[in-house]
Amino acid sequence: MWETDKTIDKAAQQMLKITAADGVATVWDRYEAQQPQCGFGSLGICCRNCLQGPCRINPFGEPKRGVCGADADTIVARNLLRSLAGGTAAHVDHAYEAVEALEKIATGDIDYVIKDENKLIATARQVGIETDGKDSKGVAKEVAQKALETLSGHEGEMGWLSAWAPKERVDVWRQLGVIPRGADREIREAMHQTSMGVDADPTNLLLAGVKQGLVDGYAGLKLATDIQDIIFGMPQPVKSEANLGVLNAEYVNVVVHGHVPLLSEKVLEWCRKLEDEAKAAGARGINVAGICCTGNEVLMRQGVPPATNFLGQELALATGAVDLMVVDVQCILPSVTNVAQCYHGDIVTTMPIAKVPGADHIPFSLEEADQQAEKIVRQSIESYKKRGSTPVHIPDERALIFAGFSVEAIIGALSKVNAEDPLKPLVDNIKAGNILGAVATVGCNNVKVKQDMMHVELVKELIANNVLVIATGCSAHALGKAGLLHPDATNNLAGNGLKAVLTAVGEAAGLGGPLPPVLHMGSCVDNSRIGDLLTALAGYMGVNIKDLPVAASAPEPQHEKALSIGTWAVALGVFTHLGLPPHILGSKAVTGTLTDKVEDLLGGKFYVESDPAKAAAGIIRHIKDKRHALGL
Amino acid sequence: MKQILITPKLCLGCRSCELACAVEHSLSKELFAAVIKKEQPTARIFVETDGVINLPLQCRHCQDPACVNACMSGALQRKPTTGMVVADQNKCVGCWMCVMACPFGAIAQDPEYKVINKCDRCPDLDQPACTVACPTGAVKFVEVSRFSQERRKQYLTSFAEEE
Ligand code: SF4
Ligand code: SF4
Ligand code: SF4
Ligand code: SF4
Repeated sequence: MWETDKTIDKAAQQMLKITAADGVATVWDRYEAQQPQCGFGSLGICCRNCLQGPCRINPFGEPKRGVCGADADTIVARNLLRSLAGGTAAHVDHAYEAVEALEKIATGDIDYVIKDENKLIATARQVGIETDGKDSKGVAKEVAQKALETLSGHEGEMGWLSAWAPKERVDVWRQLGVIPRGADREIREAMHQTSMGVDADPTNLLLAGVKQGLVDGYAGLKLATDIQDIIFGMPQPVKSEANLGVLNAEYVNVVVHGHVPLLSEKVLEWCRKLEDEAKAAGARGINVAGICCTGNEVLMRQGVPPATNFLGQELALATGAVDLMVVDVQCILPSVTNVAQCYHGDIVTTMPIAKVPGADHIPFSLEEADQQAEKIVRQSIESYKKRGSTPVHIPDERALIFAGFSVEAIIGALSKVNAEDPLKPLVDNIKAGNILGAVATVGCNNVKVKQDMMHVELVKELIANNVLVIATGCSAHALGKAGLLHPDATNNLAGNGLKAVLTAVGEAAGLGGPLPPVLHMGSCVDNSRIGDLLTALAGYMGVNIKDLPVAASAPEPQHEKALSIGTWAVALGVFTHLGLPPHILGSKAVTGTLTDKVEDLLGGKFYVESDPAKAAAGIIRHIKDKRHALGL
Repeated sequence: MKQILITPKLCLGCRSCELACAVEHSLSKELFAAVIKKEQPTARIFVETDGVINLPLQCRHCQDPACVNACMSGALQRKPTTGMVVADQNKCVGCWMCVMACPFGAIAQDPEYKVINKCDRCPDLDQPACTVACPTGAVKFVEVSRFSQERRKQYLTSFAEEE
């Protein structure tokens, strides 16, 4: 039963047997082939920032310094800051694409529209734009302008942060000198700061890391979500299904994978428009499924079913049923082309910065998005025709899920219980102890952890203890596949207090049953929604975020983005669990600061624990401590 | 019987073998734990380089060990059953005669600089730690006969190419 050591996902287990029998290498095989992984790298104590290196520090003896004199603390802190800048750059670049689209909508240059005028107006007012007497294009133009200042302004405090962050936090950050200017400037500065012979002070480097976290939180996550909501609409609760069983052999199967919804929304439109061509080709229609956060974006707003999460992307192709996988940026395994060649299907890359050898490249541009989407969907139909006698193995695994829980949707459901004061029922139940606290589980799969195991085991333990869970990213996929995004899980797995509250709200909201115990809030950039919710809750209760009985967890973190998101959470004052350690353990100073000392400065800290039961216990202990401090 | 045999041209000088050897000789036998608990275990394999060739080297566990012959305290013994040359640190008096006698420089000092430290061939492991750690296969735990057969085959190939 080797496959059950690799993943708890039954569909993935079946597919792994097939790839193994066919001799097709997957991420798990390559992980095995990479063993042993380098101890210096694992500890973060190798440096190749200049051509006098590479240098590595001996954790057990000499040498204790690199050629230039940098010691383990400096090297680890420098490497961490570079990783944080990498994760931050990914989110800020994502936000940039969305802002560019809004700007071009305002000037009427592109075929996108503003779907949520309310969010546009609300956003404009919050960032200080006068909206009275202006049409929505005019407002959009000014919002885009403000957003561009947040992205590339060179002086002053970052606008999006000033507009949205709680005042108490802004004061804390200002005292520490970590309030960012424009995102581009800060990312550039981090690269400079970590280059050879600049910053050697671990504390100063870590503070710069906190600044990257704030850039990620406000110029990446928050900005991307806000603008995407304006363009594509505010997510509202939707029903869908998750796992490879959502692929259908009788349909043309198009998989959208990556992170940015600009193209995938268009692809979806064209899949609907070209349905008849697919039928003419002998298919019953076109079936779209998602992977990673592009999948989450179209799930949240369009109900597109997620096929799998990060570690399953090759396995989706191994079904032989994916006729075309269109990818944008981030988390795309370069091996997808190999797997597709072994089975079936075209891989189409679309972004100038994300090409994969062996894939077709159809360059995406906002101006010609419709033509490109049409071309991609036509290609998928052609690919379907070529599927021919390729054996198709689609595991019969799919779980019913509910998604689309934006803050606005959650408040909408709560206002069915109390229209004047929607947060009151939630806060009253937290105070009464029916809800012990809340935990956000976010982030990736990591091949070092049995796929989805940490997400699922941790969350089961939390909900059994009356902790409400909100989820985004591949964590939400994992929980969805395991049935935890469904009301049945409330009935079967949630503690009695939590169950009663979710049932009352669900019934008031007209669901005819409870809300799921895990609320799917969206993609990785939608972690901003979690920030908004925490800000609203703290404001309502008259306390600071750091005092709330809440925690965050990235149970199976993989990407640099997970580190920058986590740093933002810690900067907000949130206790943040990681299911495995980042590459920092080679420095006692850095490890000690991030897992302990930082709490005095920011109120939040990192907590590393790879055993799900112990992690749940640690998180619950923290929540209880916070309740106690609040006198609850 | 398997021996640790080395192919210097495969060695990239990453020192993973040294790290793994030290970890195997730590109390926790686990990298992160040893680092966190501030243990200072030492490696018994040494990667030397002249800038062109990297040579990972540890005790060769000689059949006729010069170190044992030089050792007057009985600290160094060759165990006929296992063929291992083992050092008893309790008996070592720190005269460093073995250090001078070993032609390969395979004997080091313990961290306190009082007694010797050398490869014990990882008695708790089926595969010595250094051989598992090496990503390129420069340090291998193999039958001598297989190793030499591979060498003959390689020679055959290059011989054939030259012809
Ligand atoms: S910056 Fe210093 S530690 Fe890094 S590679 Fe150069 S000399 Fe070595
Ligand atoms: S220490 Fe040197 S002489 Fe002694 S057995 Fe090892 S290699 Fe041979
Ligand atoms: S065999 Fe064991 S003790 Fe000897 S050098 Fe290798 S790891 Fe070290
Ligand atoms: S692990 Fe292998 S490649 Fe690295 S230094 Fe040791 S012998 Fe050389």
